[in-house]
Amino acid sequence: MASAGTQPRKLPGSLNANRRLDRWLRVNRDGTVTVFPGKVEIGQGILTALTQIVAEELDVALERIRLAPTDTSYSPDEGMTSGSQSITDGGTALRYAAAETRDLLLQRAAAKLGVSLEQLAVADGVITARSGGSATYWDLASDDLLAREATAEIAPKPASQHTIIGKPAPRRDIPAKVSGTPIYVHDLELPGMLHGRIVRPPSYEARLAGLDEAEVRGLQGVVKVVRDGSFLGVVAEREEQAIRALTRLKRIARWEEATQLPESDARFLYRETSEDTVISEKHDAAAAARKAKTLEAEYTRPYTAHAALGPSCAVARLEDGRYTVWTHSQGVFPLRRDLAPVLGVEEKRVTVIHMDGAGCYGHNGADDAALDAALLARAVPGRPVRVQWMREDEFHWEPYGPTMAVKLKGDLDARGNIVGWTEDIWSNSHSTRPNGLGGVNLLAAWHLAHPHKPSPPRNPPLPGGGSHRNAIPIYEFPNERVTNRLVKRMPVRVSALRALGATANVFAIESFMDELAAAAGADPVEFRLRHLKDPRARAVIETVAAKAGWRKGEKGDGTRGRGIGFARYKNGACYVAEIVEVEAGNEIAVKRVWAAIDAGLVINPDGLVNQTEGGIIQAASWALKEAIQYDRSRILTSTWTDYPILTFEESPVVEVTIVNRPDEPPLGAGEGTQGPTVAAIANAIFNAMGARLRDLPFTRDRVLAALA
Amino acid sequence: MAITLKVNGRAHTVVAEPETALLYVLRNDLKLKGARFGCGMGQCGACTVLLDGKPVQSCDLPLSAAAGKSITTVEGLAQNGKLHPLQQAFIEEQAAQCGYCATGIIMTAKALLDANPRATDAEIRSALKGNLCRCGTHHRILRAIQRAALAMRK
Repeated sequence: MASAGTQPRKLPGSLNANRRLDRWLRVNRDGTVTVFPGKVEIGQGILTALTQIVAEELDVALERIRLAPTDTSYSPDEGMTSGSQSITDGGTALRYAAAETRDLLLQRAAAKLGVSLEQLAVADGVITARSGGSATYWDLASDDLLAREATAEIAPKPASQHTIIGKPAPRRDIPAKVSGTPIYVHDLELPGMLHGRIVRPPSYEARLAGLDEAEVRGLQGVVKVVRDGSFLGVVAEREEQAIRALTRLKRIARWEEATQLPESDARFLYRETSEDTVISEKHDAAAAARKAKTLEAEYTRPYTAHAALGPSCAVARLEDGRYTVWTHSQGVFPLRRDLAPVLGVEEKRVTVIHMDGAGCYGHNGADDAALDAALLARAVPGRPVRVQWMREDEFHWEPYGPTMAVKLKGDLDARGNIVGWTEDIWSNSHSTRPNGLGGVNLLAAWHLAHPHKPSPPRNPPLPGGGSHRNAIPIYEFPNERVTNRLVKRMPVRVSALRALGATANVFAIESFMDELAAAAGADPVEFRLRHLKDPRARAVIETVAAKAGWRKGEKGDGTRGRGIGFARYKNGACYVAEIVEVEAGNEIAVKRVWAAIDAGLVINPDGLVNQTEGGIIQAASWALKEAIQYDRSRILTSTWTDYPILTFEESPVVEVTIVNRPDEPPLGAGEGTQGPTVAAIANAIFNAMGARLRDLPFTRDRVLAALA
Repeated sequence: MAITLKVNGRAHTVVAEPETALLYVLRNDLKLKGARFGCGMGQCGACTVLLDGKPVQSCDLPLSAAAGKSITTVEGLAQNGKLHPLQQAFIEEQAAQCGYCATGIIMTAKALLDANPRATDAEIRSALKGNLCRCGTHHRILRAIQRAALAMRK
């Protein structure tokens, strides 16, 4: 027995924090297995992959697996579903939990049949002894089977024995999603449910100075106008009545506003106070002495919206002093830690239940809408309230992916090798999610008469990193200095957007690699390989070059051209290399994309391809079109007209090749394409027409300016 | 006021203001959740339904304009428990990530293929001008519509 004070043994993945087997799995007597995931579906197909893992390790058919919704009252606490970590955290936990469950069932069968474990084989939950005799999981299962701590001592199957992992499995949620079957939190209907809307201030620091709400209270269907400081909401019987009241309230509310937004150019970051950390430093005086040529460049990215297609939504109910909240948050437990103090109750009096939402790609308004719904529900006890944000709420108030600036300096020797690399990155934190740590990261909480302060921003540490994610090049340079300049003041609300700092950092590094290759008179593919030792990194580049038929030194024709981009996401997750073909017409069009991805062991190859294609198309949209517009007091982006995204007429043909490595551990893969896509587009534009674009997005005006 | 709507072949009488957007009545009164709120301004297509066979954005279509017309929602596509070829093709091509845009796109594609069973890739892309997808599933969606077109011609 472990003595007091001894650390419990470290268990793999999320098992470490959720150690009981019955927190993860239940074998049912009706021939099914229930999985309790702590990670949530956000359109990335994670739940399908997790069922594959359990079916594989348990030796049961996929159809037998049931999924319990993620719910704070019984699910394992896996924190956030973010950072491409669901397979490595939750998938690993379930792999070990299922392998151990299978072993426990085999032990019971061995005892029942009077044979040794080696005599037993399993097929779809039926255990057969070589000598004859059989038992099923469903007969052997009992409530106490998994009422124990995991040991992780039963090794999962080697890849050579996989029959379900590594094979494409159809997503479990797609039939409902294409049939119109209610599945999203947006679709939830509860008896007596009311509809709420929030009247947001016209700008970040605006204070509600005056409101004569009597006329709104008299509107048809209005149940309650809820006002608490500068938080203003309305509850009505019908949804359109809530919207009508919202429109009226917007017209009559008087706000005091302040001018406090920065200028609309990432370079304002240079003048902000920053916390500077040198995150990589290498010295080689002999190599430095060979310096023959130096290049410098500066790259920027604007504030970028998640812009979920469906605005954020939540349903909440207060009953007998207990709150129940249905949400599409990426983390029901972290959300609960922030909800409880605002609602003034203990955490155990708040139940947070996950339901699907529109794709979020990071921290958008989902968590904020949950608090909105809870605050309105508090005003009408016993009645559930459904709150959906309007389109402009989402564009104005979601926390954007931060604007960033990257300065690079590179030294080449006479043979065209990089002998020195200096990089400085400026950014806000990319992580202001709810977390229950020293403040409340929920929008409405800041507007209450007794406001809560936001938690201090965090920058996830390296090697994964936040603003400095992928800031350290994985190329081999003899001299290197990378400085992360973290700007603490956040004049614009920001948080995690798919890939965090990796988008801007990879855009900068991979564009600059191309600039250096051009200066060295080298082919960009060969130039990268020359500076790269990691065989898996080289393999994705070589694979994509072969698939795309890359010709050494190929040049565009003035309008068409191709470029390459590469990264190993987080310098430790999946490897991605892409070649992009662009065509310059009235605007830049991305015509075709070839991608090669190495994500180690692949659970669901079709799921991986789907995520990779999606990441590429979304990143192409960021690269060509997207930037939040604002003046010195207000966000000006309100509609899809203000914030166009890539359309069906503009979307490229995408061809993804998986470099399969089933004997390697699975690597996070949902975000690996963002940086390489953006960089490859910039490099393709240069290849096509000699215009080097260093500021995102690559609009027509920017192309013309670069050509001038 | 009471308004009668013909939805998926059945008549329904609802009590709502005539300027109410059709979307809210479909979702909240008729409990048809397949048309989804995306923008409320007819800019994204998530709420697309068919009005006398033509795709319309139900989020900014007043009830009064829908009365007396034949409304088809995604829930009305399956016949005798069998999914429409478009829905089937979306499943076969795994043409969804979050899926929020999928039903609106299926309705737009249905109107196109009913009128033009041999629609080209360019014609499909053009028909989907008013439908946005944020997950980047465009590539698969286009493939699924082509697959459905082929199945529907057989």
